[in-house]
Amino acid sequence: MRADRQDGLPTMKIRDSSAIGETLLSVNNIEVIYNHVILVLKGVSLVVCEGGITALLGGNGAGKTTTLKAISNLLKSERGEVTKGSILYRGQTIQDLSPAELVRRGVIQVMEGRHCFEHLTIEENLLTGAYTRKDTKAEIRNDLELVYGYFPRLKERRRAQAGYTSGGEQQMCAIGRALMSRPETILLDEPSMGLAPQLVEEIFTILRNLNEQEGVSFLLAEQNTNMALQYAHTGYILESGRIVMDGSAKELRENPDIKEFYLGMSESGRKSFRNVRSYRRRKRWLR
Amino acid sequence: MQQLLYAAEVSLNGLTTGVLYSLVALGYVLIFKSSGVFNYSQGVMVLFAALTLVGLQRGQVPFAHLWTAMFGTHTYFFGWTLAPAIAVILTLGIMVLLAILVERLILKHLVNQHPIILFMATIGLAYFIEGFGDLLWGSEVKKLDIGLPVGISETVEAWTAEWFGYGFFIDRLDLFAGLVAAVLVGLLTLLLRYSQLGRTLRAVADDHQAALSVGISLRLVWVFVWSAAGFVALVAGIMWGAKSGVQFSLSLIALKALPVLMLGGFTSIRGAIVGGLIIGVGEKLFDFLAGPIIGGATENWFAYVLALAFLMFRPQGLFGEKIIERV
Repeated sequence: MRADRQDGLPTMKIRDSSAIGETLLSVNNIEVIYNHVILVLKGVSLVVCEGGITALLGGNGAGKTTTLKAISNLLKSERGEVTKGSILYRGQTIQDLSPAELVRRGVIQVMEGRHCFEHLTIEENLLTGAYTRKDTKAEIRNDLELVYGYFPRLKERRRAQAGYTSGGEQQMCAIGRALMSRPETILLDEPSMGLAPQLVEEIFTILRNLNEQEGVSFLLAEQNTNMALQYAHTGYILESGRIVMDGSAKELRENPDIKEFYLGMSESGRKSFRNVRSYRRRKRWLR
Repeated sequence: MQQLLYAAEVSLNGLTTGVLYSLVALGYVLIFKSSGVFNYSQGVMVLFAALTLVGLQRGQVPFAHLWTAMFGTHTYFFGWTLAPAIAVILTLGIMVLLAILVERLILKHLVNQHPIILFMATIGLAYFIEGFGDLLWGSEVKKLDIGLPVGISETVEAWTAEWFGYGFFIDRLDLFAGLVAAVLVGLLTLLLRYSQLGRTLRAVADDHQAALSVGISLRLVWVFVWSAAGFVALVAGIMWGAKSGVQFSLSLIALKALPVLMLGGFTSIRGAIVGGLIIGVGEKLFDFLAGPIIGGATENWFAYVLALAFLMFRPQGLFGEKIIERV
């Protein structure tokens, strides 16, 4: 194993990267407990910068979804609770705000597994996204066309019941619905779940366009590390409820550990599981 | 010929009764559609609405029996009577208040729980409202009279006598109830189908979590649907109460609403209406045709047998939303 790994770990220097603006969202050392007993997050800290795509990577059960739900405050309805730490959006504490208030402030979550309103048509689904807005019908109509512009497939299927559309279309519908709230930050949970690789690429390309053209910031929870690191600016690796690594997407892509354990690439051929264990032993806790 | 005319008259009577079944079923559909909760207490809400209306109108002292037992006051009436319209509006206000309390004290704490848990909560609620209504207004049988048309409609009798040579006996109240129910249903359907509020309600019905995530306030939606269900309960309570007096058995019309729901589908307003009509006409006609052969009293069970038959062949009901399953 490489001896330089301890020093080779990236530091937090990405924050002053030129591509991304000031800090929008900062999660500071939060701990989340479900049902008063199950400790899921054991101190997670991360920063989402304005105009950036921040990837939150990790395997099953690492705590990605919980982190997003802690931010969007959907956790409360699932008997979860942030017991330690703080979550700030534009410098203000948002832990006690309702999900609706957060949507009004520009933070909206697209949940894992799409969660479209099955019996509503695609267009009706999109319109529910504008629920918190007080804008005129014309403005909302306008945004609807904007969403159709990014997702032409949705326009074709606008009158179809969402439950009968394909997985990809549902994912697009869920993202489009979130866009209808005119968000500043979208918390996007596993957009690639259960979709064909080609479709995943299509969706990620649209995300990049949205990011570049509409200036929407993303916090993207993904298992598909390879894809996420191609499109994200910065990334965090979450393991068993802790952030174990962070850095710019480029640094993470090139990091030998990430290559080996998340991207499945290795310079020395196939690895045995013994090495995985040794990696786990030597892994560094950031906090 | 005479038999056929009899049958027609029976069916017409069935239709008007059916409309009343529909009204009760509507209350269930509204809440089920928008919150996925089967509200066991809907029947009791009908009773409670009717009790409150009568109590307010007659100027009854609330908790009169309780005060009497505690302080020996023995005042049961304030000694005034309210105009029917005012009493109806006040009752509506109380039903809205009930909706707010239900949300605050029960639903709020059960967000995202399994439907069966919410169902159990409404069972508890039903017994509470039942007891509370008795405590508030007393449990004796009361007469509800807010000036609705009653008695046999002579117009219908005269017309039919002229056309068929046989005068149909149709209750005026039934005709009126049919009209009111038709208007109510029309309005509700339009509201749910085309308004933003309707869209929001349907969204909540589909997926609580997703509704929360786009910023829909579940609490507001629930207060609204429970108020609407309270309103429907009040209308049903007025019609049934005027027909058969306000008493405990009023809450048992909920039992007639169940087969209506199975037939029409739990999620369809149209279904509640058509289901109500089918069951209303069906049970009357069946009793008329088959009753004499098998010894009568078929009205009590016919609706359930019909509903069972439906469950076998079309479990989502006539108009119920298909359970979407992608393969």
